[in-house]
Order: sequence, then structure tokens, then C-alpha cells
Amino acid sequence: MRSPRALANDLSSVAGKAPPIAEETDVLVIGAGVSGVAAALTAARAGARVMLIDENPVDFKSMAEEIPLHFGGRMSASLQNRNAALERVLEANPSLAEAFEAGIEVRLGTACFGLFPKHASAAWMEVPAAGLVDADHAYLVRYKQVIVAAGRRDMGLAFEGWQLPGVMGAHAAHRLSVLYDALDAKRAVLVGSDNQALEIANVLAVRNVQIEAIVEQAGEVRGSSEMLERLEARGTRFYPGHVVAKAQGDLQGVTRLVLVKVDAQGRHMPGGTVELACDTVLLGVAAIPAIELLEAAGCCVRYEAARGGHVPRLDEFQRTSVEGVHAVGDCAGIWDSKNGGDEIPAREGRIAANAALRALGREVASHDEAVLPPEPTRDSAASRLAWVSASVLNATADPLVCQCEEVNAADILNLRPPRYVPLPEPRPNVAPSNPQHSALCASPDLVKRLTRAGMGGCQGRRCREQVGALLALGSGRELCKVPHATYRAPVRPLPLSQLAALPESPAMDEHWDSWFGMPSQWIPFWRVPPTYTVANRGEDEAARE
Amino acid sequence: MSGKDRCGAEVIIVGGGVTGLSAGWWLAREGIDTLVLEAGPIGWGASGRNGGGCTHHHSPLFQEEQRLWPQMDALLGYPTEFRADRVRIARTEHQFKLYRRALENGLTQGFHTDVLDPKQVRELVPYAGDDIHGGYYYHFGGHANPHRTVQAYAWAFADHGGRLVEHTPALSFKTLGDRVIGVLTNRGTFVCDQLVIAAGPSTGRLAAQLGINVPMRCARAEMIVTEPLPLMKIGGVDGNGLYGRQTLRGNLAYGGGPHEWVDLYEPHEARAHSTILQASLARRLAELLPKASHARVIRSWAGFIENTPDGRPIIDRAENPLNVVVATLSSVGFGLSPASGRAVRDLVVDRICSFAQLSTLGLARFAALEPDWAAMQGWLPVAAAAGR
Repeated sequence: MRSPRALANDLSSVAGKAPPIAEETDVLVIGAGVSGVAAALTAARAGARVMLIDENPVDFKSMAEEIPLHFGGRMSASLQNRNAALERVLEANPSLAEAFEAGIEVRLGTACFGLFPKHASAAWMEVPAAGLVDADHAYLVRYKQVIVAAGRRDMGLAFEGWQLPGVMGAHAAHRLSVLYDALDAKRAVLVGSDNQALEIANVLAVRNVQIEAIVEQAGEVRGSSEMLERLEARGTRFYPGHVVAKAQGDLQGVTRLVLVKVDAQGRHMPGGTVELACDTVLLGVAAIPAIELLEAAGCCVRYEAARGGHVPRLDEFQRTSVEGVHAVGDCAGIWDSKNGGDEIPAREGRIAANAALRALGREVASHDEAVLPPEPTRDSAASRLAWVSASVLNATADPLVCQCEEVNAADILNLRPPRYVPLPEPRPNVAPSNPQHSALCASPDLVKRLTRAGMGGCQGRRCREQVGALLALGSGRELCKVPHATYRAPVRPLPLSQLAALPESPAMDEHWDSWFGMPSQWIPFWRVPPTYTVANRGEDEAARE
Repeated sequence: MSGKDRCGAEVIIVGGGVTGLSAGWWLAREGIDTLVLEAGPIGWGASGRNGGGCTHHHSPLFQEEQRLWPQMDALLGYPTEFRADRVRIARTEHQFKLYRRALENGLTQGFHTDVLDPKQVRELVPYAGDDIHGGYYYHFGGHANPHRTVQAYAWAFADHGGRLVEHTPALSFKTLGDRVIGVLTNRGTFVCDQLVIAAGPSTGRLAAQLGINVPMRCARAEMIVTEPLPLMKIGGVDGNGLYGRQTLRGNLAYGGGPHEWVDLYEPHEARAHSTILQASLARRLAELLPKASHARVIRSWAGFIENTPDGRPIIDRAENPLNVVVATLSSVGFGLSPASGRAVRDLVVDRICSFAQLSTLGLARFAALEPDWAAMQGWLPVAAAAGR
């Protein structure tokens, strides 16, 4: 028999099983937009090893599955030629050439599916690492500092027929048109009229997309009237006090949109419909900071109206609550004056890079003033709630809020199990009898558990903000008081086969057990000895799980 | 003391996980005034997210587990998504030998298992591959949806008049003589006649405040979930070092592999982070079901879970104080919950379990446990283990 001391390693635990990591960088920058490139150049020019990744060109299949943006199937077929897409991305973003020249390791078509910093209760990885994935394979890169510039996505908004091809995010359309020159849209209707949406509409208009109409639930334009006028001069009609009642079309997508007039409470007014011919609907209700990578990495996140929604809590150096993780650009907050040009995102990038450099022990002089958003002039939360109220809650057709899992607003508010669940006989009240347990006090995570809203293949990208808004509306809570649903890696859907190919330490396989690897746990009760001590514990291998 | 006092109950259960909620439901359905205090939202720990397996053939609660699961939807009045039977696939002779234990334990207790050759496995499991050593079809056990089951317990408990108070951690206890008379929380004191501590990883720390030694350590474990795939005939398919199932929705939800010992004072307040272990899980799932290896992983889960020194549950009455029942299921609580809740009910009401012999789940077995048992077993956080 072995002595107790010899038992002092738990071979079934993670200890000593850290995976081999082939690549290493001082500063990893995720996202090659304005802020990411500024961060990468600043760090590289100070002598740090920098890796800059950007997920564009996104592969066609992911785009078709609405990852990472709601592309609505409006990618032109040219995008299936990956080399052409790559060339196009390089052409559209001249700053990438500058990054190459500065000696930065630039990887395009490369997404980060997870950041794995060390945490007190997740320490076995030994070093912080990022999980990256390109068209062919997934791999790990060790980083010392990471700057996340993951950008934004569009808030989804349900109405009857919004699952048709051609209904897409406004920013997704912008990305397809400007970055890829591959937007398959001729006549579009924009839903929403804040500055972000109007700016996109103006860009698309000069790129040969006829903006037929702009629909706004509020009684007036939310963004700049000057931007609206520019569109109106091109023939765009503006429909304040309207929402989309339904989109109609065929397999190719939307052909017609029916608008309905709403009153100040968002109630549909009888007879107040407008019909529009179009092939594309641009959802521009709200631009959402893309925080999934940061939140999943454990960064503290909160709703900040001035930053346009849920964002990581940042200090004046763009540092998040997790050591070595910084956020810049749209994922650090979206507001009008920041949106207007490159100055603020670039400054955020430089500030974060300098903070990263200091953390690496380099002396850097920084003259940039910290970036702080101004007090918001408009209540973006109220606008989101008004949209969801008018378009989703008050809709006669009960549109699906979560397309992947087919969940509508009533299901969410009543915590109704999904339709595939056979209910026992006699059929119970699925809405619980105790009002304390209704969705009115529920969190989005509870909604996910019980209704599956947000649990589908698009990873909640299209329904997340709508669910939050529905819970706020249902309970009378302020939107900022409704907790956000958590994110988990992989934040990009990843085939088992790709994830499976990541190398692991030999010890991982040698001592793999399906549970804790404790023989005593599985001894049948009729053979269990009356007392347990470590000294007399059995080492019966056959009793492992 | 009035049992219907809104600031207390005849029985207070500390812990709104699957064990505490089941116990609460068993008590409430007899009209016993019961209150469940939960530190966070109910079922937020490993109760709501786990492999969903209901096949604990080694446990004294097995017979009752098997008897109850097929009735649970009807008894609770809410769906649990329970599905009977389980298939386990062995890719190696070693696995084939390990998985035979269920056959033997089942047989001893009157449950049947078919041994499957590779061809039979492939017929039952369309996503299985070519490198199969063999398999088993257990005509017992099965799986249910943890999220839905936790909520079903909670709603059924409330339907019977049980009261549930969430986001209210027990801070300490008020005792009088040999009895606990109240639970102190940030919302005031809740008085009780009987106390059940079923607080998962916090059970040891809470029990210690009453002088009850419940040895346990907490670890972090992980799972992965894929997008939905067309349904297999049997959802309860695992093996190759993994536990898990195809959910009724079609997702593959699997876990297994190494755990990380952690040292947390308040596990419910800490976030359990997913790590790159998800890649090792994906590797083994792709080996288990190679024809599903194109399926995309869309999320992962990590959680904190407790284990006693021998990994077996503790369901016992403390010697002192006289009115306390301790229940920790030591990381295998979900499937056993219909039976464990009933056992707790029996210990609270009748002082003895009416349907199973619980001696192997008693506190007394640890009477001679070494004080440094955790270190001796290597159950230390990574940093501490590295520093040895």
C-alpha cells in the first residue's frame, strides 16, 4: 500500500494540464477598425510585438448564418470567392497597409472566439491566451495585453415576416457595401432614425441603394434633421409615428413592407397603413456595442446610457476590470460625437496601447486626454422600449422575437416552455400560479433557461436587446435595471471538429475521467465500508467513472 | 411559535438548488409550512446546468430514483423533459470494462442491460462512428432537462403553498439550547422549527457555524453545447469519457474531464469561467459522435460544485443541534433529486428514511477522517498545489 503522502496529487484535476501554446505576442489587438489600428500602431511603434486580427473577410457560410452581424442573406455571390473578398477588405482599409509596414503581425479572416485570462478560480491555463479561428483552423495565442476593438452590431426588432431574407441590420448592410462592395440591395427601407442609422443610410444612398423610406416610431426624427433632409432630397420619404406591421415576400426575400401608424403609446391605429415596395429592410433602431468577448472574459459590464447600452466598466486608460484586457472603439461605447469621425476612436486606441505598454514595463509619454462620453441628450433606453412596445408587444401577429428558437413576446413574458416540450396531462397552467415567479421579475438568463429565447445558433445576437426591453416593459423596471444575459465562449459558433483540433497536453488524455476520477464515489452502496479515511481509501481503478 | 409566521416557517431549507427545492416540494405537498432561502436565483449553480443524467445505479437512492422519474411530470404538474433509458458507447476496451459496472449494479438491483456490438451501436446512434469497441443499452435511467426541472420543482413547491425567497443568503443561525430557532439574513431573521442545509458548495461553511463538521471542497467543472441537430432515437447517449445527452431540442450537451479545485468563500457570488477545456471536450465529443463533428459549439458552461472526501452524498440528521438535516449530494445531485428530496422529507418529519438505507450517506463515516484530508488527496487550488 502506498503512503498517504504519495496520494498528494489529484491526477484527475486540471493541475499540470495546460495546453501547449505555439504563438506569443506582447499586445493582441482584436479588430482592425479605426481604434484597433490606432492601438496596434501605437504599441508597435513603441517597440512591442503586436498581433492585429480582424475577422473580415468573414466566411460566406457564417454570414449566411447571421454571424457576426445580421446580414439577412444580402451578400452578393461574389463573396464566395475568398481571395477576392480578402483583396477587397485590404483595399477598403488602407490603414492595414500601414500596419503591415509597422511590422505588425496582421491576420485577416481571423476571429477571436474566446479570451481566457487567468482568474483566481480558473488558473490552470498558466498564461492568458486567446482562442483564434480562421477559415481552416482554431488555435491559441498567448498574449500579455489584449485590446479589444470588436465594434458594434445592430439591435434586432421583430415584426411579422422579419425572418425573410432582406431584413438585415443597418450596420451589416454598411459592412457589406463599404468593406466588401457586395451588398445585394437596390431599394431599402430604413427602420429607425438616430444618427447612426441616418449616417449609414446616407452612405448607402451614394452607393446606389435607393433609400425608399425611413420609418420612426417616434413623432419626429431622432437624429440630425440635416441628415434626414439630405436623404429626402434623394427621394426618401419619412414616416414618423409608424412601425412595420409586416414584411411580405418570397423565397428571394422581401418585396413589400406594410407600415402602420402608431399613437404616442405605440398602439396601432386602425386604417393607418402604408404599403411600400422594397427588397431590403435595414434595422437601424439601435447600434449595440459588441461586448460579447469582453463579457465572456469576465469583464464587469453595466448599462451606461451615455455609452449606448451595456459596456464594460472602463477606467481613464480604457482598462476593463480584468487585468490586461482593454476595450476601445464602438465596443467601449457608442455616442454621436464619437461616431462622427475618427478622432475619438483613434484616441481610445492610443490610450489603451499606452496603458498596455506601461503594463509591459515600457516608459511611454502620452498626451491624450481621457475619453469620456458627454451626458446623453436623448434617452436611448426609452427609444428601445418604445420600439419594442410598438413593433413587438403591440403587434397583432405575435412575431417571433427569437427566430432560432421560435419564441414570441407572450412566450417570454409568460415564461412558456418551448413548443417541443410535451406538457403533461392534465395540462397545467404553464404560466405559474404564483405571480412572484412570473417573468415580471425575471432576468434574461431565466428567460433563456425557460423559454430558450437567445439560446439558438445566432447566439442571441438578434433577440437579446428585445428580450431585455420586454422584461423592462413587462415589469415596469427601467431598462438599465434589467440585468444583461451572460455570454460564454465560444462567442463565434465553432464546429466541434475545429475546436477538437486544438492541441492538448499528453497529461490531459492520460488522466481523463468523465467525472472527478474518485473511485470511492462509484462503489455500490452495498459494498461501501463503514468509515472513510484517506489512508484506507481504495484505489480500485475499475471503479472510476 | 406560529408556523404560518411570514417571517419564518416550520421548516426552513437553506439552498434553492435541486435538492433543497425537491425537499421543499415533498414537505409542502403534505401541507408542511416550508420556506426555501436561496442566496441567488434558484438552481443557478450545478442544479440548473449539468448532464441531466438520472442513472445512479451505485446509490442507495437508485430504486427510488428509477421509480419516481417517469412520474415526475405528472407529480409536479410541470414538464421536466424526462426521457427513459441510456446508451453508453465505449471506444476502447478500457472504457468497455468501466461502463460494464452499470450493467452489474443494475442487474444486482433487478434492472436489465443489453450489451451492444459496434453495428448495434451504429443502428441506435446515427452519429456514431466506425471506431467503436462496443456499447451498452441500459433499460433504466435516462435524462431530464435541468433548467426545466429546477423550475418545475419551484413552481410545484409554490403551488402547494411553499414560499421561496431568492437573493437572500443565510448569514448565520440563531440557536437556543440544542436547537436552531432562526436563520439570519440580510432581510432579517427567519424563525424555524426545523432546519435543512442543502446549500451545495456552501453547505460545509454553513454547517460549521452550528458546530457540524461537513467535510467538502469545491471545484469548477465545464460543459459544452452545440447547435441543435436532428433528434436521435435515444437522446441519452454518452461514453468516451463524457457524460451528457442530446437534449429534446436537439443540442448536444456534454461535459467531463478534469475539474479545478477552488477556494471560494461565497461560490454563489463568484463567476465560474469557461476555459479552453472546451476544446478537449469538443475533441472527445467529435470522437464519440463523429458524424456530428460538423455541429457548431454555440456556448459553454462552467460551474462550481462540491464534493465530500469520498464523493458520496451526505443526507443525515446532525447529532447536535437536534433539529438540523444536512444534505449535500456531492456533485451527483440532479438525477437523484426526486429521491433525495423525499429522503430529506423523511428525516425532517420521521427522523428516519422510509424507503432506503442511508447509513452509507451518514456523517459518521468521516469520524476518523484526517484533518488535512483535502491536501492529502491533492484537492488544492492550482496555485496552492504548484507551491507545494
